[in-house]
Amino acid sequence: MSGEIAQTFAKAKARGEGVLVAYAMAGDPDLPRSVDVFAALVEGGADIIEIGVAFSDPIADGPVIQGASERALKAGSTLKRVLDEVVPEVRRRCPQTPLVIMTYVNVIMAMGEERFAKLARERGVSGAILPDLPPEESEGLRATFDAAGVDLIPLCAPSTSQARAQGIASNARGFVYCVAVSGVTGMRAELPADLSQRLDVVRKASPVPVVAGFGISTEEQARTLSAHADGVVVGSALVRAAHADGPGAAKALCADIKRGLKR
Amino acid sequence: MTTETTVGRFGRYGGRYVPETLVPALLELEEAYAKASADPSFGEEVARVLKEFVGRPTTLTPARRLTESWGGAHVWLKREDLAHTGAHKINNTVGQVLLAKRMGKKRIIAETGAGQHGVATATACALFGLPCEVYMGALDVERQSLNVFRMRALGAVVRPVESGSRTLKDAMNEAMRTWVSQVADTHYVIGSAAGPHPYPSIVRDFQAVIGKELRTQALAAFGKLPDAIIACVGGGSNAIGVLHPFIGDKDVRLVGVEAGGHGLDSGQHGASLTLGTEGVLHGSRSLVLQDADGQIQEAHSISAGLDYPGVGPELAHLAKTGRMEVRTATDDEALAAFYEVARTEGILPALETSHAFARGRELARDLGKGKYLVINCSGRGDKDVATISARGVPPPVGVKS
Ligand SMILES: Cc1ncc(COP(=O)(O)O)c(C=O)c1O
Repeated sequence: MSGEIAQTFAKAKARGEGVLVAYAMAGDPDLPRSVDVFAALVEGGADIIEIGVAFSDPIADGPVIQGASERALKAGSTLKRVLDEVVPEVRRRCPQTPLVIMTYVNVIMAMGEERFAKLARERGVSGAILPDLPPEESEGLRATFDAAGVDLIPLCAPSTSQARAQGIASNARGFVYCVAVSGVTGMRAELPADLSQRLDVVRKASPVPVVAGFGISTEEQARTLSAHADGVVVGSALVRAAHADGPGAAKALCADIKRGLKR
Repeated sequence: MTTETTVGRFGRYGGRYVPETLVPALLELEEAYAKASADPSFGEEVARVLKEFVGRPTTLTPARRLTESWGGAHVWLKREDLAHTGAHKINNTVGQVLLAKRMGKKRIIAETGAGQHGVATATACALFGLPCEVYMGALDVERQSLNVFRMRALGAVVRPVESGSRTLKDAMNEAMRTWVSQVADTHYVIGSAAGPHPYPSIVRDFQAVIGKELRTQALAAFGKLPDAIIACVGGGSNAIGVLHPFIGDKDVRLVGVEAGGHGLDSGQHGASLTLGTEGVLHGSRSLVLQDADGQIQEAHSISAGLDYPGVGPELAHLAKTGRMEVRTATDDEALAAFYEVARTEGILPALETSHAFARGRELARDLGKGKYLVINCSGRGDKDVATISARGVPPPVGVKS
């Protein structure tokens, strides 16, 4: 429940460090081996795990995660199987780490919103991130999730106005996911110059922690951002490392980035 | 007459399911469009370009030999194939590119299936002096080479999309991804009455010129409104354009024809109104072809413009409420209709349009003599000649074999 996510942020803060939210794709390269990847992320220092559930038409994702989606779908990954086969195993191996599902709204709709929320909660999922569900469309789903005890984590973008960002933050559950770059997921050599300032604004308005994600892949970027955010999300870089060199590589990258988050 | 139940919704369908990054741009577009619609000079400018450049109004042509051969209702053709660039798509691109200029946008992106929308967008961009980038599934780049050349000749960049099914849906994904990255100075010209709000309404309004002209022309040509109007349905822009002005006319039967592909049982078709289930694709809630896990299925049609697993939300609403009748035509039926129309009326219809013709005979007979059936000729078949001729040409008419 939101409790788990809040506690994780509070503990990290007490230790003087930012939270690392680490993303990988369930089912890449297949369901059991993706569990190894998730466990490796936690061993590397990830505080919260984002479990990607593949969708055939991932419009918010760049080539790295698109590729992972395609591999996962080929390996037979579905939301149901992720909840049945991946989430419980990750839970067993990493009992202290909050789990958040990241997927697209159609995948949730197909399962049924209430059924998803109930199953997710039962299996130990704390929250969900749906990148194609802006606040205008999310009210009903948020109520359903609230009732089940699953946090619907909202996103904020570079193009979001200050007033709108404040609205998003004040209705947030879990944390606010501040999209760092105008664009899709994927590593960026440089982050926008105004990102720190934007994070400060959202953080001021937000009753919950604020993290930055999209484009982040290095210890250095994490260090810069940790002064302005409660944590960072790293996705494509971890997915690429795991795909190219296996779970150990993803674990090492987590450790690097985690170093950048120590204050 | 409107079917918009609340802003951006047609019954259960519609909405705006996009990354937050795009929402401010959609709000800006909605506002700019409302302002432009309220400004008479904008409507006048669009109308002037449609008249001077596009060649509107397109004619309403009696199809005398088809009428005779089918032995039912009088058949008339609304000739969008005669619009500049050869299809109805130009009605929308002229409007949207003018709107983008008013909004101060610096560049245009678009997706295309058959290439007609890409050509129409490239054309409007050339006319109004904006750079243009068109995303096109790699498979469609292969089967619509004429249109790829036309876009390039017009100065547009064509970007083949290799992901997924390498067709229209993937081109649309890629255009959306690009738009997310360049949203500040770029307008995305969506080609069908699909996508997130306000696109389904904007595209419908620009395409409604077809149906508005048809009303006037029908009254002049046969002294009454048509008894039925039939149009093919990909995303649905030509269908909603010709049908929308008649929604309130209960005596006018509205018929949409989807791609039956290899047949509805084959799993290879584009019949999202007939066999789709409720879902979210490309920013709106509508009827989509998907599996039980919510993965979008690949559509199939011999015509690239109907090879799409979704459909615009307003058509989904019209179909579900029964106001629009939905039929399908297979690839083979469309091909047969292509030759039938070519050889009885001297018109090479687009393969998309051929689907509408393929259901014309039954509808004409069903209506019966003395009634009037209008078929929306959404485009011409030049772009399809490679696809069609690859299957061999039937023997010439009047030559003994
Ligand atoms: C000639 C023609 N007709 C129909 C269509 C289908 O699109 P829509 O259903 O949006 O009219 C296309 C799409 O490319 C087309 O080129």
